[in-house]
Formats: sequence, C-alpha cells, structure tokens
Amino acid sequence: MKIAVCVKRVPDSEARIKIGADAKSIDESGVKFVLNPYDEYAVEEALKLKEAAGSGEVIAISVGSDSSLETIRTALAMGADGGVLLKSDAMPIDPLPVAQALAAELKDGAYDLIVFGKVAIDDYSHGVGVMVAELLGLPCVSAIAALEIVEGKGKAEREVEGGVEVVEFSLPAVLTAEKGLNDPRYPALRGIMMAKKKPLEVKDADLGAGGIEVVGLAYPPERQAGRIVGEGVDAVPALVDALRNEAKVL
Amino acid sequence: MANVIAVLEQRGGTLKRVSHEVLTVARGLADGFGGEVHALLVGAPGIETDGLGGFGADKVFVVADDALANYQADQYAAVAAGQAGAADCAAVIVGATAMGKDLAPRIAAKLACPLATDVTSATYDGGIVAVRPVYGGKAVYTLKITSTPCVVSIRPNAIAPKQSDKAGVVEAASADVGAPRAQTVEIKAPESEALDVAEASVVVGGGRGLKEAEHFKLLEDLAGALGGAVGASRAVVDAGWRPHAEQVGQTGKVVSPNLYFAVGISGAIQHLAGIRTAKTIVAINKDPDAPIFKVADYGIVGDLFEVMPKLTEEIKKIREA
Repeated sequence: MKIAVCVKRVPDSEARIKIGADAKSIDESGVKFVLNPYDEYAVEEALKLKEAAGSGEVIAISVGSDSSLETIRTALAMGADGGVLLKSDAMPIDPLPVAQALAAELKDGAYDLIVFGKVAIDDYSHGVGVMVAELLGLPCVSAIAALEIVEGKGKAEREVEGGVEVVEFSLPAVLTAEKGLNDPRYPALRGIMMAKKKPLEVKDADLGAGGIEVVGLAYPPERQAGRIVGEGVDAVPALVDALRNEAKVL
Repeated sequence: MANVIAVLEQRGGTLKRVSHEVLTVARGLADGFGGEVHALLVGAPGIETDGLGGFGADKVFVVADDALANYQADQYAAVAAGQAGAADCAAVIVGATAMGKDLAPRIAAKLACPLATDVTSATYDGGIVAVRPVYGGKAVYTLKITSTPCVVSIRPNAIAPKQSDKAGVVEAASADVGAPRAQTVEIKAPESEALDVAEASVVVGGGRGLKEAEHFKLLEDLAGALGGAVGASRAVVDAGWRPHAEQVGQTGKVVSPNLYFAVGISGAIQHLAGIRTAKTIVAINKDPDAPIFKVADYGIVGDLFEVMPKLTEEIKKIREA
C-alpha cells in the first residue's frame, strides 16, 4: 500500500503568538514549531495501514520553506519511508494554490491513499486536504475519527453535530484525520537516527498568490478581567444574581 | 450585478439556525454587489421554506430528493458549484459547521476560486472583506478577497441574524449530479442526547480540578439545568475522562456560547484561545492565581465540589420559578 501523508509546520499550540513588524504575519523568533498535531494522527494512520498491509511505502509531503524539512523529518522519525518538500518561501493565505501544488505532486504518484490532518492549527483553513481530493477527482472523507479498509474498500466515521456519519468509498481516496483516530507514536531515538538516512527530495513549488490578500493581522480584543464575586459556596447567590441581573445570561 | 449564493443547512429535515446567519451575510454582500441572494437548500422533500425572505433570500432553490436527505458531500458540492457556475455569482456563503467545513473547499476547488473559512464577519467594501481568527483565536486576520467568485464559510454564532423583507420565492432545482465518489450510508445517533459543545449557548467546561471522570456528573447537572453542553480541557480528554468531541481549545473546538463556565480549569493558553469569543465567562477555581480569572467576567475562588451543587440548585430554583 502506497500512502502519502501531507504535513505542515505550525507554531506549537502552547506558543504565544507575536504579531510581526509588518502587521500582516507573526514574528517567528522564539516560537517553537512542531508537526501540526492533526497531521500526527494522519502519519500514525498511514503507518498503521502500511503495517497491517505488510508492505508498502509512506511518503511525507510538505509545502513550505526549508524550515519544513524538520517537520518532514519528524514524520520520517515516526516511521515514514521518504519525504518531499515542495519548497516555497511564501505561503498564500488562500488554500487553492497550496492544494494545486500538492495535487500536481500527488497526481502521478500512484498512491492508494492520501492522508491529511483535518486542519492546521495555524491558519485553520480546513481547506487544502478536501481541495486536493476535488482537484484529483478522488473520493474524500474529512475529519474522520474511525477508519476500516478491507480489500480496496473503505469505511470511515466522521463526527458531526448530533451524530456520526458513516461514509463508504473505494481506494484510491483522500482522508483527513480528526483527533481520536489513533494514538500517535513518539519518534524513538532509533527512528530519529534512521530518519537522517531516509530519502528527502526538495522541489521548487511555484505557488500563485491566490485570490486573497492579507490586509492585517492583529491581536483579538483583550478580555477584561472581571471580578471575583466571592469565596466558596457562600458566593453562589451573588454569582447567580450577577449572571441574572448584570450579564443577563440566565 | 452579481448574485450571492447562500447554502442553507438542514439536519433531519429541520433548517439549522446557522442558515439564518448565512442568509444575513449573503444579504449584506448581495446589496454591495448589486445582486440577489439565491438560497440553496438540499434535502428530503417537505422542508419548511417559508419565511426565508425574512432573512434576505430573494429566491430559494430547493433540491428535494430522498436520496439527499443526509449530507452527501459529492452531490451537495456538485449542486452548489453548478448553481454558482450557472449564473453570475460573486460569492457562495456556507456555515462553517461539520457539513460546511467539508463542503466549502469542495465548492471552491470545483470553481477554482479563493476560499476563506470560518470567518466571523464578511462585509462588502469594494469587494469582500473578511475577518478570520487564526492560531486558535490568538490572532485575527483581516482579509480582502480579490477575485470572484469566491467561497466563504462563516463561524456559527458569530453573526446576529438580521430581519429583511425579500420575496423568498421558492423554486424547485434539479439534482441531476451523477454518482457519488463516496457515500454516507448511515448516521449513527450520538451515545448521549447531549448538545454539541460548538452549538450550545451554554457550555460547562471541566478540567483537571474535577479529579476524576465520575465527578463530571456535577457539570452534567448544571448543563442539564441550563439546556447546555459539557466541555472539557485538553488535559482531561487526553486522560480519557471525556470524549474528544467535547474538547474546547486550539486543538479542540473554538466555542462562542453566551455563557461559559470554566470549572476546575486553570486556563492554559490553548484553552483560553478556544473560549475567547464567549460572551460571558464564569470561573470556579480554588487557586486565586489561576490564569482563568484574568479572562473571566465573574469568578468564585473555592472548592468546586461545594460550589457546583449549590450553583445548580440555585439555578434550578430560578428556572422553575
């Protein structure tokens, strides 16, 4: 089974975000970057499927600058067999050019499955994975929390408001992973050492700017600290009164 | 003159509230572009379409087909893209729900056009200007969409529906969209009847301070009394106390309820990011220095095991009065 996993380098969820001097992007200095958490589920699922099949290949692909090589190496350290960086120093905020670059790379790769995280925790687009499927004309199930593949047929579950959709499809297909799909493995020291010897190809990606322009990036309005209405159980009536008569939310 | 398509959402034959928000945004944009709002509703026959003019729809195109009662990604996307391609279309507006997050990129890819997702505002200023929280709410983009058509999905609960007085003329539309590549074969009911944390107007969130999974009963009681949902911090989801569908924060759901209770939650930065747009935040924590108090509107410093039963009791009294 040949599987592509598309991964992205993002600021750690615990990182404080500082707006850059251009007021259009973040200041990356001092920020810890990681493999997008949802992409960890995608990598894990690809590795599990390859292991279950008994043979195959998992290729980690990323669009980004040279810094994304480290992100691909994390996937290699987890167990992916090879990597491809589609190199672009600029990342458009419009997901379409990114999806087009990935689709061009994936088109002739003869992949049985292409797996993404359901969303990147930086720009929160939820866009690229599903777009790639449409551009390639492949079946796609997004935000999956369970997956079964038997003899070229797949069944996936996605959680929606008030239920779980069960979706059937045949391979090749594109899937995007939700938290809960699996428990991602941590790269072991041996994996980290081996990752250095695995093939990692760098290609220039010529990304268009897309149709969205960043006017500005700003901090959200700060929430003002409110007040402590009191201590312990005796403060409950005062709280209920404030919620009812002041905030008017009860 | 270019029209704006408002993709409505129904579940089980009932129109979802986000549909009114989608129509409200579409109306504002259509007025800017000098066009009409064409609402699009796909589902089983018999869905109530009266009154959609009251939220700004000039026309309502209904694709009524029993085979499309549930969300079928390929066919819904084909219908919407077909509708957008058939007329001069400036924008397609979708709710950023589980359905919309899947549907919007499909439509944008079919139209090979820009996509702005999960926006909290989209208005006309010589083109579409959208506001979009990123980094889990730690920063906010202002974006200008420079080409048409485009696809925009809007965050549920972020936009107040506005009344309008358009005709809302209903027309049947065709669903001849070919065979699906993937098919939804079943909708499983959730394990509990609980409201989804992203949709609830009251969320009672719990963290490590609850000490063990069983103690979430205290939160369920309050959520039950208020018709709300239980939410959870990443720590308790990772510990397996609560399902990940309830996780609130940067790697869970970003919520905008009217009222959010943070119970035994200290307030890690990634959790605060997820509740920033809640209208009122109440914190109950025994540590007076917990970061949650810096963003909460009201706080009680105390033992949640004493405070919560009393709070639920007091609120029940009001509800019953």
